Amino acid sequence: MMRSPFRPDRIPDAASLDDHKPLLRALERRGLIRGGLSLGALTLLTGCDVKRPEAVEAALLAVSRFNDGVQALLFDPNRLAPTYPDSMVLKPPKFNAYYDVTQVKPVNGAAWRLELAGLVADKRPWTVRDLQELPQSSMNIRHICVEGWSYIGGWRGVTLRTFLERIGADLRARYVAFKTADDYPSSIDMATALHPQTILATQYADETLADPFGYPLRLRMATKLGYKNPKWVTAMEVTNTYPGGYWESRGFSWFAGL
Amino acid sequence: MSAAGTMPRKTEMRARRLHPVAIRVMHWVNAVVMLVMITSGWGIYNDDVVLRGLYFAHFLRLGDWAAWSLNWHFAGMWLLAVNGLCYLAYGFATGRFRARLLPIRFADIVHTMRDTLHLKLAHEDLTTYNAVQKILYIVAILAGIAQVVTGVAIWKPVQFSGLVALLGGFQSARVIHFIGMAVIVGFVLVHVLLALLVPRTLWSMLTGGPRIGAELR
Repeated sequence: MMRSPFRPDRIPDAASLDDHKPLLRALERRGLIRGGLSLGALTLLTGCDVKRPEAVEAALLAVSRFNDGVQALLFDPNRLAPTYPDSMVLKPPKFNAYYDVTQVKPVNGAAWRLELAGLVADKRPWTVRDLQELPQSSMNIRHICVEGWSYIGGWRGVTLRTFLERIGADLRARYVAFKTADDYPSSIDMATALHPQTILATQYADETLADPFGYPLRLRMATKLGYKNPKWVTAMEVTNTYPGGYWESRGFSWFAGL
Repeated sequence: MSAAGTMPRKTEMRARRLHPVAIRVMHWVNAVVMLVMITSGWGIYNDDVVLRGLYFAHFLRLGDWAAWSLNWHFAGMWLLAVNGLCYLAYGFATGRFRARLLPIRFADIVHTMRDTLHLKLAHEDLTTYNAVQKILYIVAILAGIAQVVTGVAIWKPVQFSGLVALLGGFQSARVIHFIGMAVIVGFVLVHVLLALLVPRTLWSMLTGGPRIGAELR
């Protein structure tokens, strides 16, 4: 181990520390007062940016939950998001996750199954081929990230509504929750799940979904921010218990509607 | 706002300050909430910049990362909108906007600009604004309205897709929201600098300022 350059060659006599104890303590105390004062001043200046006190955090989360309710009220289940011509579709789509693209672990499509749970009549797991036999829909929609960037993506797959109806899901349940191969739990409200522009995508720009973008199955919604769209979906649950999500548990809005 | 009493005239005279209590409260609420919106907006902005190379330093940002900047922004928006609506309603209903911000004459603008270039920044009579002041206040009010409109557009671009189209698309709406911020920050810098140069203006926004006649508000 490297020796610290600040370490004295000779360890000082313990007695000298005792001699200066009152001075040390005074210095410490003065520093503490000064530090406390400047921390207080800084908190005023920056609006409690410094340590994010728990009370402020709790208040902000309460407003965020209230805003989720407002967003649900603003959501019009019959309003369609604008769609775009094929020529505007970005190829390949933009990759984004909580890790780098080099960390993507591809899913084996042949062994893959979509597991079902919760308020569903038929919980039989689904294969890629089973899903492809369902009626398919396409949509060229704008993907909007909470960070501000956006692009036009062309997605194809079965609408989540068709799928929920096929498996006999309770469409009056509150939430549809997803589990993924990259450990990115996510959940949405039933109103959005039933929106015509909410699909379980298996294709992008008329080709099988590529590995970095969620092969074999990902959720794509025209009416929610990018982080609400889980990739590499492996399980789905219909439930009345709030399931939360990866970013939601880190402070982001749950509804995140567009 | 004539109070019902035995001597309404006197009450009215007493109450009429350059900046009535309602204006002062709304001004300072707005000052705080604007600061919240601007600094939390900078925290959101940093994750995907509009101007390449322009980032806001950590000490300027409200919220220690994007999630909390967003939460501050979406909490502050309610106070900004409610306070702003009260201010607009008050300004139009009492005639304050018309009395203080109009008329703007071209000759006055030239006159003020000439004075400013000669470094004559005297603001002897606090109860009247010169033409440039009037224009600046109108620009600031319009920029505040624009921020709410463009903010709604980029918050709910599907629910208000017509508004987004009117603003030239999502990214365009975002850029306009950014420009609106820049206009307000520019206004705030000039406004605060001038208030510090003529401290009586700052004092009057705290205490109400001189009593003025009934025809001036």
